[in-house]
Amino acid sequence: MNNLVILPILIPLLAGIILIFFNKNIAVQKWISVIASLLSIGSAAVLVQNVLNNGIQTLKIGGWQPPYGIVLVADQFAALLVLSTAVLGLTGILFSFKTIGIERERFYYYAVVQFLLVGVTGAFLTGDIFNLFVFFEVMLMSSYMLIVHGGTKVQLRESIKYVLVNIISSALFVVAVAYLYAVTGTLNIADLSVRVAASGQTGLLTVIAILFLVVFGLKGGIFPLYFWLPSSYQAPPSAVTALFGALLTKVGVYAIARVFSIVFYHDIGYTHTILAWLAAFTILLGVIGAIAYWDVKQIVIYNIIVAVGVILFGIAVYTPAGMEGAIYYLIHDMIIKGALFFLAGAMVVITGTSNLKKMGGLMKNHPLLGWMFFIAAISLAGIPPLSGFIGKLKIVQGGFEAGQYTIAMVVLLSSLLVLYSIMKIFMKGFWGEQVLTKEQEKGSEKGLILPIAILLAISIGYGFGVEFLSPYVTQAAETLMNPDLYIQAVLKE
Amino acid sequence: MEILMSIVVGILFMAATYLILSRSLLRIIIGTGLLSHGAHLLLLTMSGLKQGAPPLLGIPADTYADPLPQALILTAIVISFGVTSFFLVLAYRSYQELGTDDMDRLRGNEHE
Repeated sequence: MNNLVILPILIPLLAGIILIFFNKNIAVQKWISVIASLLSIGSAAVLVQNVLNNGIQTLKIGGWQPPYGIVLVADQFAALLVLSTAVLGLTGILFSFKTIGIERERFYYYAVVQFLLVGVTGAFLTGDIFNLFVFFEVMLMSSYMLIVHGGTKVQLRESIKYVLVNIISSALFVVAVAYLYAVTGTLNIADLSVRVAASGQTGLLTVIAILFLVVFGLKGGIFPLYFWLPSSYQAPPSAVTALFGALLTKVGVYAIARVFSIVFYHDIGYTHTILAWLAAFTILLGVIGAIAYWDVKQIVIYNIIVAVGVILFGIAVYTPAGMEGAIYYLIHDMIIKGALFFLAGAMVVITGTSNLKKMGGLMKNHPLLGWMFFIAAISLAGIPPLSGFIGKLKIVQGGFEAGQYTIAMVVLLSSLLVLYSIMKIFMKGFWGEQVLTKEQEKGSEKGLILPIAILLAISIGYGFGVEFLSPYVTQAAETLMNPDLYIQAVLKE
Repeated sequence: MEILMSIVVGILFMAATYLILSRSLLRIIIGTGLLSHGAHLLLLTMSGLKQGAPPLLGIPADTYADPLPQALILTAIVISFGVTSFFLVLAYRSYQELGTDDMDRLRGNEHE
């Protein structure tokens, strides 16, 4: 029992409620948002340290013994993701200050961002499959509002598709929960794990596992369920796209990691082989999209899909190295995707367009922005001193250990194409002939540098401080590879 | 009884899928309504339709109906109610702004 576990959910929830009352006073809104984010980061950091020292922390809501009540579980995997979410929340809010515009700010923008963070954090911390559904809905409803907020034509058109896809996947989630409840008679994840293990994962349970894969794959944007993602994510403003790209798909990936390592791990030959091949096709389709487009936002969006595939492959190989790699890469990708979307947003603010062919020579007037983009780009591709390296290294190592040579090679080759796609932005946008003089520029980068710099500093620190981080990640992977640790912490106390 | 309910749920899912694949936005929203009806009925059916008193302790009985799926359905109903009302207003707004409810004309990747 540890009340600390609920704080990362409670702080943004209270902040969101308070923000509703100050919708006309934007200065107050900004202050409350920043203070709440800093408090979230603080509580998440304390939680991470607490889990490292004392093992998995649980909180039985209302004092009911699991599996009868709802239980919140913070293992190291969840705690690390909660911390990254809180950091992304702070930088997203800082980036919104300059880019989102007063009309949107007056209509509950900051409140909804806080509710989005509630949903994401809750989904990471819950220990109950129906509660996971509810937190998914909290997150999705906030995202519906954010994607249409402002009501431009392209936003209206794309949000219809986004809402429809998510309604269907939510209905499938309810159906999957119904089947699982019929077979096992429980909803608590630890108890589910015990009962699935007792029945030896019959064919019926494998079918339900695949149904869960479809549901979470629709949320996470894996092949062949990613079709809605590229057009939806380019509709909202950059700050919103950054929050979506960094957080929403990762929750789907997290749910896949959780469900396929703690509950459905008895028929690995079938389920995890499917996962590995889906990961390979996700990577392939992602890189094809990333090199095909001449639009800054689209290139970064297709890189989300690539990263989802890489993480999924780390989960699918199901070895300690692969799982550690997936965790390293998941956290790295949240940070670097946030930074890249902010950078793309800054480029759009300056040039007034996201078409690469209409920009060039930004380096001359914006050297700082240009070199920050360069660092983000090589970090994304996984060049050794930076943060993307260790995750991919471990994932490929896990792939070779598991004998999945083909897909491991796909992961390696994809890095090259990712580097090409992102360097294309750097070469064309920052180098080359100058298109706009200082006077012709549509906006300034003032105030946009700080959130990008925070994320890049974390990314560089993450790359150089791997030895400092490794005990945390090792502990997180250990829980995922040994479901007994999770079950012990939740059920037998 | 469960078999009959399963067939009914199957028909609801079939009708929902057909409607969601149509071109008119309003038919799609009706389809999502049928889809959530199907999902909720399935949740009720899958927990078993055995005989028993309503789950009220004031009623003396030997067995009660399973209370958990009823609570789950109640949660799922209000969530889908909220989402559906949002979706309906979204459809109304986009009809005002874009002037069409034909999904084929809502295509395209161009930016405005």
